[in-house]
Amino acid sequence: MAASPSSPEQNDFREYARRWLQENAPPPPPERLPMSPLEIMTVGQRNYLQDWQGQCHAAGLIGCDYPQSYGGGGHTNFQPIANQELGHARVPFMINIVGLSMAAPTILKHGSEEQKRRFIPGALSGGEIWCQGFSEPGAGSDMANQQTMAVAEGDNWIVNGHKVWTTLGHFARWMILIARTSRHHKYDGLTYFLAPIAGHPGVTVRPLVKMTGESGFNEVLFEDAVIPDSHRLDDIGKGWAVAMTTLTYERGAAESAGGTGGQSSDPAQGLIELARETQRNGLCAAADPVTRDALMQRVIAMEGLRQSARRARVPGLCDHPMRLPLQQKLLSSENHQANARLGVEIAGAASTLYKLDPNAPRQGYWPLSYMASYGNTIAAGTNEIQRNILGERVLGLAKSK
Amino acid sequence: MTSEDRAPVDFGFGEEEEMLRDLARKFLDERIPVETLRQLVAPSPVPVYEQGEPPAWDRSVWEDLVELGWAGLAVEEKEGGAGVSMVGIAALVEEVGRHALPSPLLACLACSLVLRSADSEVARRRLGQIAQGTPAALAITPGDGSWEPERSDIQARRVAGELTLDGTAHFVQDALKADFFVVTARLNDKLLLCTLPADAPGLSVEQNHIHDLTRDQATLRFRQVRVSPSSVVTDDGAEVLRRAWPSLLVLASADLCGSSEWQLQATVEYAKNRKQFDRPLGFFQAVKHPLVNAMVEIDRARSLLYHAASCIDAASVEAEKASRMAKSAASDAGAFISDRSVQLHGGIGFTWESDVHIFFKRSLHGQVLWGDGIHHRKKLAEILIDRDG
Repeated sequence: MAASPSSPEQNDFREYARRWLQENAPPPPPERLPMSPLEIMTVGQRNYLQDWQGQCHAAGLIGCDYPQSYGGGGHTNFQPIANQELGHARVPFMINIVGLSMAAPTILKHGSEEQKRRFIPGALSGGEIWCQGFSEPGAGSDMANQQTMAVAEGDNWIVNGHKVWTTLGHFARWMILIARTSRHHKYDGLTYFLAPIAGHPGVTVRPLVKMTGESGFNEVLFEDAVIPDSHRLDDIGKGWAVAMTTLTYERGAAESAGGTGGQSSDPAQGLIELARETQRNGLCAAADPVTRDALMQRVIAMEGLRQSARRARVPGLCDHPMRLPLQQKLLSSENHQANARLGVEIAGAASTLYKLDPNAPRQGYWPLSYMASYGNTIAAGTNEIQRNILGERVLGLAKSK
Repeated sequence: MTSEDRAPVDFGFGEEEEMLRDLARKFLDERIPVETLRQLVAPSPVPVYEQGEPPAWDRSVWEDLVELGWAGLAVEEKEGGAGVSMVGIAALVEEVGRHALPSPLLACLACSLVLRSADSEVARRRLGQIAQGTPAALAITPGDGSWEPERSDIQARRVAGELTLDGTAHFVQDALKADFFVVTARLNDKLLLCTLPADAPGLSVEQNHIHDLTRDQATLRFRQVRVSPSSVVTDDGAEVLRRAWPSLLVLASADLCGSSEWQLQATVEYAKNRKQFDRPLGFFQAVKHPLVNAMVEIDRARSLLYHAASCIDAASVEAEKASRMAKSAASDAGAFISDRSVQLHGGIGFTWESDVHIFFKRSLHGQVLWGDGIHHRKKLAEILIDRDG
């Protein structure tokens, strides 16, 4: 965002957040951190990041706009400011990405008072890590094709099934889970649960290895796992509607409970610096006209993304209220991919080097980031599904199924 | 790259700007719906393409626009204009583009924006005339279409106190509608900026034979054209044009954003109604996804357009960068939706009887006007890679 909102409280808060982040930037991590919360593999990384999120929460930078009774700050419109400052400060990212951007807002909207008091504070502080149990081997883009069954037995549900691509499952205390409670209705037969994971009988978490060679996501098996009915979120059969709330936040169409941090505020600037540092045939890559044009295309796309986020808050300049918000996930993931891809091209032959090769530029960031970027063009509904949603809900074209 | 500009977070798009835009949309919907436009500018290819007649325009619509105060949108109130912000002008010009309106309006706005960046008595007098509805056009482009403000193929000479112009101004937009021109000419190592009546002795206006049916264009030839001292705006024309350049790019970008949105919505309508294989075309992802891609590109251009306009209103140093980004994005979005609008309309989209070619041609013209995407990315790279480094 280019300019700051104007209320004096918000300006004071921005000042406070900026100063706190300057004075409390954490020490270097004991072991190298991955690029994002999607690849956290070791207990050392987890402890360091969990500690950092706890400090940010205690300082009031996370859950700013959540009620105090649920561990929040009780403010209005402070979170976007905190998120911007976290982004500018180049501090480590928040580990509890699923808790902050999916579980907390979904529980806030659909949960009972007791559930809000029990689950939201741990999601905000990072004390309890969350994972997401939506995808299955046979339910990817066709997410309603859930085969995981939950069968009522007294005050409990007995759950059997197989979830995949479960980011942070290996460290998770809880999972937001969709399971089938009726075979008669595809959509209305789904119910949403807050499922215990770590150490829970009948739950097995196994790591899956990504194309980058890293882990960080998993498959989760439920074999007669018992979930108390008090962990059901909203009504039986409402699981699809509740999942839509989660997806609205996951796709960035609404503000999450806490900023992710850890990202350079201007990836295009990083590409320009790479081009300036890179020599080819004795010339600077930044002098090559084709490279310059490609760099400027990236600059313009990134600025466009920022300005669209700004325009999305000016109703008079939006023809359709969801037209810009529903583009968020599509554009941020594809821009990240295109940026990384250009980084690979500019780095040239050196982009062949894996991160552990001593000569790899920026420790192999560009090729690794490029490969990792497919996580985001696929997750949260593939970008092909996002284009269907935009074409159908915003443009009003016929449904493609 | 705009970490801190001084523009307001809502771009300064307030109630006044929204009312102006909504009024413009309503007026143009009534006065120049697409059926009326087609009958006006494209009854057949014969008059314009074969016989070389000037493209038609409806003078009565223009007179009503003058009544509404649009001719003076970019003229300060104390000079008899409406003094609307650049953001408000961008919003109105989007509507002009969405209706592919043939009129002297864009040329008048362009002249106003140039003249108002020159703080001189002559400029103020001409601004007052424009606000009252005297159409003007900018004659500042050399023959190679290089879109560099300091270039001109006209030579000014001062002989015995008499100033005369010799040479040629190319690609003059809506020249046939203009009563006077705003002209640049080289004078020693300076750039002279002056105004000349369309019927000045020694000036000939040669109509270009162009594709776009919704505007006209001409080459202006100057043979010993006398410039009276009361017509000289400034001899620092290069600086005046450099200051006004971002606002010219905003005008061109806004027109493109508007025409692109019409092309998108018209193609979406067709994809909803036209059936093949017992399904509306929009059911097929080979149709649906490119339309979404076009929407995304148009939205990027619109967001950058309002960013650029608000930078101009805030007199921010970001204005040049922002306006070059906007024009690059608007040109590319225009090219993409133009391509898809013809292709996805299928056979009918390839015919004269369809409306899509009218917007295709206006867009194609607008994409190159004041520089296409490649040009502006080149200029942007000079700032962001060479200068800011």
